[in-house]
This record gives sequence, structure tokens and C-alpha cells, in this order.
Amino acid sequence: MRPRRLWAIARKEAIQLRRDSRSLIIAFAMPVLLLVLFGYAITFDVRNVRTAVLDQDLSKQSRAFVDAFRASGYFTVVDALAGPDQVAPALDAGRAQIVLVIPPDFSRRLGTPRPPRVQAVIDGSDANTATLIEGYLQGTVAEVTRRLAAGGPVHSAGDGGAGSNPAAPPLTVDVRVWFNEELDSTNAIVPGLVAVIMMIIAALLTSLTLAREWERGTMEQLASTPVGRLEVVLGKLLPYLAIGLVDTAVSTALGVFLFGVPFRGNPLLLMVLSFFFLVGALGLGMFISATVRSQLLASQVALIATLLPAFLLSGFMFDIAVMPLPLRLLTYLIPARYFLVVTRGIFLKGVGVEVLALQGGLMVLFAAIGLALAARNFKKEIAA
Amino acid sequence: MRAPAALRRIGELVRKELLQVRRNPALARVLLVAPMIQLVVFGYAVSTDVRDTSAFVVDRDLSAESRALLDAFTASGHFRIDGRSQRETDAVAALDHGRATVALVVPSGFAADLAAGRGRVQLLVDGTNSNTAGIARGYALRILARYAAGRGKPVLPAVEVRQRAWYNQNLASRNYNVPGVIAMLVLLTSMLVTSLAVVREREIGTLEQLQVSPLRPIELVLGKAIPFALVGLVDLALVTTVAILWFRVPFNGSLTLLAVEALVYLVPSLGLGLLISTISRTQQEAFLSSFLVLLPTLLLSGFMFPVSSMPRAFQWIAQLIPMTHFLVIVRGIFLKGIGLDLLWPRTLALLALGVVLFGAAVLRFRRRS
Repeated sequence: MRPRRLWAIARKEAIQLRRDSRSLIIAFAMPVLLLVLFGYAITFDVRNVRTAVLDQDLSKQSRAFVDAFRASGYFTVVDALAGPDQVAPALDAGRAQIVLVIPPDFSRRLGTPRPPRVQAVIDGSDANTATLIEGYLQGTVAEVTRRLAAGGPVHSAGDGGAGSNPAAPPLTVDVRVWFNEELDSTNAIVPGLVAVIMMIIAALLTSLTLAREWERGTMEQLASTPVGRLEVVLGKLLPYLAIGLVDTAVSTALGVFLFGVPFRGNPLLLMVLSFFFLVGALGLGMFISATVRSQLLASQVALIATLLPAFLLSGFMFDIAVMPLPLRLLTYLIPARYFLVVTRGIFLKGVGVEVLALQGGLMVLFAAIGLALAARNFKKEIAA
Repeated sequence: MRAPAALRRIGELVRKELLQVRRNPALARVLLVAPMIQLVVFGYAVSTDVRDTSAFVVDRDLSAESRALLDAFTASGHFRIDGRSQRETDAVAALDHGRATVALVVPSGFAADLAAGRGRVQLLVDGTNSNTAGIARGYALRILARYAAGRGKPVLPAVEVRQRAWYNQNLASRNYNVPGVIAMLVLLTSMLVTSLAVVREREIGTLEQLQVSPLRPIELVLGKAIPFALVGLVDLALVTTVAILWFRVPFNGSLTLLAVEALVYLVPSLGLGLLISTISRTQQEAFLSSFLVLLPTLLLSGFMFPVSSMPRAFQWIAQLIPMTHFLVIVRGIFLKGIGLDLLWPRTLALLALGVVLFGAAVLRFRRRS
């Protein structure tokens, strides 16, 4: 391998890239655009839960109960239902995510040993949202209970003599959330998004580069030059690597300055690990490109191999720990998985090499294998 | 009458496209087998259930009370104890390394404090993944509250709430997400392949041959779109079968309605593919442009993040994405079993988007030829 030849290939690829304005725009503008758009748009938080109320009591107390939901900040009352037959349609049409059914004896039974039974029907189709709504519901009801116990009608003694004063809970739980104290989903999403976007862009940019030469017939020209296969693969990779590093730096800066995501680790470490990650992801694209000769097929394979896996199998959105074992093993083939741990670790936890060494090592391994495979499959083509 | 002749011309083009797909076994495999494999793989992946959260416990009291507390924690099924120790620094390290998501610290003297009515434990939560962290914290607090209630005097709630979840009683997130993956896969196959197939003809130069043939622009567009619509429908049938038989996603609606809605959904999907093909000179350009469409679709359509939680402006943008509407339809049919009486606004929206995108594609074809 001669540096001069490597450099020549890299220069050729860079010139080609410079004259391909659309690829350049994609390479530089897309990560920024995506990060800004999605950083603002997406959130795990569930707010303004659409609530319908079927109030069969219509008393002062039942209205106060509903007001407590309004005041919680989580629920938006969108509809007052007139009868039980309207519950199903409201949920079916998706007008409401939760329906509160207040019984006719609500005010009568309030403060008696047999407390009123409110029914809450939740649209469970989106299980994640439904779980969060359940949590808000219980929190709000607990708050109502607490307020009634404090100022409202004091509830009388139940069985066992409880009640003369509402017992202080015998156990205090001191909760501390670390790394993301407010549980702000932007802080979780932005570092993850950096990893996912870079994975996609990297594989996307390189997946067509070899297949294109093959389809246009310029591969023959390349094959007739004295460059070796590793020189071609590495040379083609260098310009994209430079772009990728710039992209990562810009995305990180955006995350910190625009979205206010805390950056607690070492920026240098992030760049070093990004380097290995990018070589791996670019090598993967190169491998696809070397294996599949048509651009149509290469793009399909790159998509199957990167876009959805980067989103779905990296742990960005769906927790890897709850996946079945074969799938957990499969996630080890997704370099974004390692990089996600790295970005979240460096941004939020501020951990250093001692914690991220494993991830770094795996990314180096991945990069080496990707490059070796790309070079091997590339040789076959010249021979063919 | 020109209609029969037009139909015959379209028919010939459809036959040519299908022949091309058949003679390219690699492409046929990608089109038909890949979606099924993807559904199986991603069907297992798309779970937002929070269970078996890894937990680290530090028991510095080692009393019967602390053991009972930790047993209650373990028995819930929400947490899996991945490590235990008597030093708090170990819990810190576990959270740093990501080996544990929550850590429960029982201080020494816990049993005595509890007896005196002022027991205190510490719960440390790794907030990096805010969604998991929030839900896991809720579970932990509930378990601890139940433990406390079991020991203290019973406190009667002022209001008793009976909650029920409809459509998905067990709150299995897979039932919600697998239909979403179906919508995604159908879009992926139909849009991308259409755009690339047309551009490929342009690159090879065979598009000129088609343009000098008696085919009119609309016929050309239809002839190109119909084969991929067929592929899309076959894909949909295959992945739906996998979803129902393999993943046991409840299917409460009408299969016929789903097929009809899928056909409606294919109109904007193919229209997008064709439109991209008219603005791209090379397959690479077409591929990159498809990406610019796919990413917002993935993130803004409600596939992963609920649309209703987005800022207002993005909610409007989401309405311009065909998949937003199809997701409501496909999830509605699968889980709620609702019919056209409730789904017609979404269907109309899909049709409108389809007409606009398809019309734009035809217009651009005409101008170029």
C-alpha cells in the first residue's frame, strides 16, 4: 500500500463528490437539518392527554374532581359525554385517549367508608402512551385524595381504627434521577439522534460508490491502474470520513448550544471514538457496494441494513434489554448500538475511557472487519 | 374509443415491468422476502414495554425488614436484580457503566427506623433514557408504596379508581407497533423501487424508447406504477399474515377494508416514488431523495413518537405525510376493529395526497418528454 496512490484515489473521489452537488448537500446539510427538525419535533413526553368525562353526578364535588385533572397539567378535557353509550364512540374515533366515568352517587359516597368508584377507560392501543397515562391518572387521584384528606371532607374511620389522623407514610423514598435530572426527553433523544443520523449518512454515502463505478464502466479503468484493492477502499473512504467527522462535530455543537443538552465528558474522546465508528459504518456501506454491483440493489440492501436497524435495533427508541436473545445478538452487528452508548455516555454521564473502552474496542473490531470484507469482495470484481 | 387501446398499451408496459422483475431474481427476493424477514426481526424489536429493568441493590442493613423490602422489589417482575453489594460506590459504578438502570439503597439502621415510622430508602435512577427511566421510577415507587402500606396503617383512598385499557388489555406495545412496521415496509418497497426503476431506464437510455412509443405520459406513469402496486399489495398480504399468525397481533377489523385502504395508501406512495424519479437524473440522486422523504416519515408520522405530543407546526407537517393517515387506519382496523364510518376522513386525506403527488408526477413527465 503506497500513500501516494491512496491519496490519488482520495483526491479523485473528493473531486467527484465536489461536483455532485446533491450528495454534498446531503452530506453536510442533512445531519444538521435532521437534528434541528427532530430535536424540536420529537418527544417521548405525553402531554395534553385528550380526556372525555361522563359525569353522572353533576355535583359540585364531581366538578371539583374533574378540575383537579385539568389543573394537573397532563389532562385536557375535550369532551363532556351525555351517556354511557358515547364512551365507546369517543375512544373508537380517537377523540379521547381516556374517559372518566363518574358514578351518580359520587358526591354522596365521598368521605364515607365506601368511597365512590370512578371508572377510567384508557385507549390501550398505544401501550407506551397508555402506561404513561395510567401513571398520571394515579398521581392525580393520589393528589385529590391528599387534598380531600387535608381540607375537604375528612373521611371517617374505616375498619381497624385508621383515620383519626391520616397516617404519615412509614416509608420515605428518596428518589434521585442521575444524568438527566429532569427526565427531559430532549436530553435522551439528541445524543441518540447524533449516533443514528451519522450511521445512516455514513452507510448511505458509500453504499453506491463502488456499484456506481461498476455500472458506469469506470471500474475497468480503475482496475487497469496499479492501485491495490485496499488502496481503493481506503482512498474512497477518506473524503467521506472527513465529512463524517465534521458532521459529528457540528451536530454535537448544535446539541449543546441549540438544545442545551449537557456535555459532561471529554470532546476529544468523542471525536476519537467517532473516528472508529465512522470507519466502521463507512466500511459497511463500502462492503455492500462491493458485494452488490447494481446501484438499485445496493441502495435496497443499504436501506435494509442501516436505516431501520439504526432506528429500531440500536437502542435509540426500543430498549435492547427486553428483546429476545437472538435479536439481542443481532444488535451487536449494528455499529450505531455502540456509538449510542458512547454519545449518551459522554454527553450525559460524562464517563471516560475506563467505561467506554469496551464499546471503543468493539467499534475498532467492527471497522477492521468491515474494511477487510469490503477489500476482499472488491477483488473478486476486478478478477471477474 | 381510445380507452381500450390505452388499456392495452398500459397492459403491455405492466407486462414488461413484471418480466423485468421476474428476470432479476435478486430484486424479486429483495421485494418479496426481505419485508417478511424485516417484519419478523423488527416485530421483536419494537417493544417499549418496560420490564426486567436491571436493578442494583445495596443492602447496608441486612435485616429481615430490608430483605422483605428487596424481595417485594424482586417479586414484582418489573425488576431484575443484576448485582448486589453493601457499598454505595458499587451502585454508582453500575449506573455509570450502564449495567443497571436503577439502584435501590437501603441504609443501615433501616429496620429500627422503619419500626419508628421514619424508614428511608434511596432510589437512584439512570435518566439517560428518559422514557424507560420515568416508567421504571413509577413502578419502583408503586412497589415501595405497597410495601409501606402493608406495614403501616391502611389508608383509605378518597376516590377509588377502576381503570381498564381497551383494545389492548395487556398493554403489549408490540400490538401497536407491528402494524406500524407494516405501513413502513409497504412504503419502503413501493416508493423506493418505483423511483429507482424509472431513473434506471433513464440512465440506461431506454426511457427515450418508451417516450417515442405511442404511450402518453399518463399511460406511462400508470404502466410504471401498476406493477409496483401489485408488488406492494402482495407484500402487504405477506406481512399481514406474518403479523397475525406469527406475532398474534389481534385483528379485529375487516380484511377487505384493509386491502382497500392499502390500495388507497399505495397511490401517494407510488406517486412519491414517481415524483422523485422525475426530479432525479441518477439512481444515486433518486436514492438520496427517497431518504429525504423516508426520514421525516419515520420520525414524524406517529410511527415512533405520538403526533399529538409534537409542537403544533409539526402536527400540521405530519398531516402532509401519507403514512400518518395510514397508521391511524391500519392500527384502527387491527386493534379497534373500526370501519369506514370512522376512517373516511383519513381515507380522503390519503386520496387527496395521492391525487396531488400523482398529478405532479404526470405533469413533470409530460414536461420532460
